[in-house]
Amino acid sequence: MIDRPVEYPAVDHEVAYLRTEEAPTLQPPGSEIGFRGWLWRNIFASMADYTSAPAAVMSLFMTAITLFTGYAIVWMAWTLLDFTVFSATFTAAEGLKRDACLPNPGACWPFIEAKWYQFMYGFYPPEDVWRVNVCFAVLAAGIGWLIFGPSHRGKVAAFMLFGYPVLAYVLLNGMPVEDNGDLGHIFSGVWFPAIVAAVLFAGWWLADAGRLGDVGSAFAPVLLMGVIVVAIFAVLPLVTMAIDLALGTEVVETNKWGGLTVTLVVAIAGIVVSLPMGMLLALGRRSSAPIIKWSSIIFIEVVRGIPLISVLFFASAMLPYFLEPGVDFNKLLRAMIGVMLFASAYMAEVIRGGLQAMPKGQYEGGMSLGLSYWQQMRLIIMPQALTTVIPGIVNTFIGLFKDTTLVLIISIFDLLGILMATLKDPEWATPTTAYTGYLTIALIYWIFCFGMSRYSVHMERKLDRSHH
Amino acid sequence: MQMTDTTPPNMTISDEKAIEISQMNKWYGSFHVLRDINLTVYRGERIVICGPSGSGKSTMIRCINALEEHQDGTIVVDGTRLTSDLKNIDKIRSEVGMCFQHFNLFPHLTILENCTLAPIWVRKVPKKEAVETAMHYLEKVKIPDQANKYPGQLSGGQQQRVAIARSLCMKPRVMLFDEPTSALDPEMIKEVLDTMIELAEEGMTMLCVTHEMGFARQVANRVIFMDRGQIVEQNEPEAFFNNPQSDRTKLFLSQILGH
Ligand SMILES: Nc1ncnc2c1ncn2[C@@H]1O[C@H](COP(=O)(O)OP(=O)(O)O)[C@@H](O)[C@H]1O
Ligand SMILES: [Mg+2]
Repeated sequence: MIDRPVEYPAVDHEVAYLRTEEAPTLQPPGSEIGFRGWLWRNIFASMADYTSAPAAVMSLFMTAITLFTGYAIVWMAWTLLDFTVFSATFTAAEGLKRDACLPNPGACWPFIEAKWYQFMYGFYPPEDVWRVNVCFAVLAAGIGWLIFGPSHRGKVAAFMLFGYPVLAYVLLNGMPVEDNGDLGHIFSGVWFPAIVAAVLFAGWWLADAGRLGDVGSAFAPVLLMGVIVVAIFAVLPLVTMAIDLALGTEVVETNKWGGLTVTLVVAIAGIVVSLPMGMLLALGRRSSAPIIKWSSIIFIEVVRGIPLISVLFFASAMLPYFLEPGVDFNKLLRAMIGVMLFASAYMAEVIRGGLQAMPKGQYEGGMSLGLSYWQQMRLIIMPQALTTVIPGIVNTFIGLFKDTTLVLIISIFDLLGILMATLKDPEWATPTTAYTGYLTIALIYWIFCFGMSRYSVHMERKLDRSHH
Repeated sequence: MQMTDTTPPNMTISDEKAIEISQMNKWYGSFHVLRDINLTVYRGERIVICGPSGSGKSTMIRCINALEEHQDGTIVVDGTRLTSDLKNIDKIRSEVGMCFQHFNLFPHLTILENCTLAPIWVRKVPKKEAVETAMHYLEKVKIPDQANKYPGQLSGGQQQRVAIARSLCMKPRVMLFDEPTSALDPEMIKEVLDTMIELAEEGMTMLCVTHEMGFARQVANRVIFMDRGQIVEQNEPEAFFNNPQSDRTKLFLSQILGH
């Protein structure tokens, strides 16, 4: 309390004021509304000030920039249109091939048409290609459902994460009963993973109920994931056997796979694995247990510090020296594992950024209600952390999608690899074949990446709870 | 706030111990933040804790549900002794409700989901039953019509009442409040205090860190004054406010009451 009286300086103007009539609500000025307003504000306003010399110079400068940019846009659009449409070759008479395209200076579309099958499927046998198509169709349906589906999204997402990879593997690769009808080898492939899964399940059951103490409960989710993975291995031969008995699918070796199929297989495997792995690594890096913390840090830093291309190269060129002769560790699988590890390390850092942004109060709110660590992570922390870093996650996915092209250095023919292989075909050698091809696959890559980008925007809007 | 002169029938204190803290000490690094804390809370007590900022009030009540760990002494909640055993900690946390200054609602869940989350996952209550309980408590705090909104769409006072309802859904035997009204605009303080008063009248055991002295006079059966990590003085509200003993208490009271 202040006891001493304070002398404030006197005010020499009128301070009392009382509004007597309501101020009217008016339309904004004309330059603010409609298309004209937009044009004025965004294009012409900066070129229209000639009231002083500096302002006039600036306006003239802006006019020059506008004219130049306008010219560049029109020129680029025209060039592209000319190449792809006006000067392009659209059809080739039977057997003409390059001769149909040679007279025209534009794109050679018959080349794309002739090689389209390879762009999509590589060297996959045409009689089995329905299997790839079914995979694509289920994938498209699943993603469509996740975006637009009215209900059961959680179940669909669970199927896409756990069921779909099995289905895709069975369909794409196949795993037939041998011709002599011997089912024994299939069951011999089942019992071992089945027993391991059962043991892990028992461990999880004990740990989850707290019978193995604190450390045990901390490992419960890891055990559960182990159960799921091993169970997939146990169930896989049975599923394939059933499908095979029903449909008679042949094995299609992975060296016959190619084109967009390989690109999608590698990218989706990377995406599906990197998200959960990245979450675990991000949590691990923030763990208070030194072993978990340091193994996460070492994994992340080592993997991030090496170029993907050198790992792929190492896997392809050096690994055979370390393996016994005759052991053939599937090349595509090696590439996929490389991509998965890389994506996981990057994803971990993106997700860690989201975890960092979570206020401490969210953990405390969960703790004070008695939720366990994993329940807090699953129900409170991760959903929010992932939402805040959607742009970063999708950025990583897009990077991963394009990085899959690196597999071509170990002679796996992904979309880009297939294109480069088909460009060597002398029957289609024209001056514009390469441009046409690169333009086409660039467009395919762009469609997928732009799709992911739009999906990210859609999810951000949908999950935004800040101002409803 | 008008004063109630008759104690409601439920506001009786049993001789059953709800919380017993004895010779508890806590350090942050080498900083001795809580010194020789001894406090026994009987079932049905309404205790208000006050004291200057930084005196350790939050730290003390956060030790009770193990949001902070203590290094020395014992804390027994509802007969369960707090040790580093996670099972005991989870049990105590599910018996002890807590409301925070900044509410700590989960912004990605609706009001209803905020209230049903812990009963479903911790108590394993069937969803339908959890929803019924949640609606019951949301009605009690007078916001059943907001059940399907998100926390961000509610005012601060409403959010704090949701936070209280969320804790009550776990049917806690003790409620802790850490400055539940300090982040609220003045016109919302009353609605939260009214909710807390109702809770007290129903016989809930409560520990409130608050500077709402009107609330303390009306509801508390005991007021505790903390300074520099110690319990300096405690008394019944009348005696505490009218006849404080220690100089530190007198100074503190003159600072918050005197204008
Ligand atoms: N996590 C922490 N690490 C170190 N010091 C802390 C931490 N939390 C609180 N303190 C210190 O402990 C003292 C007591 O804090 P607190 O219990 O929050 O006080 P109050 O709630 O009475 O204002 C303060 O001096 C504060 O700076
Ligand atoms: Mg405090």
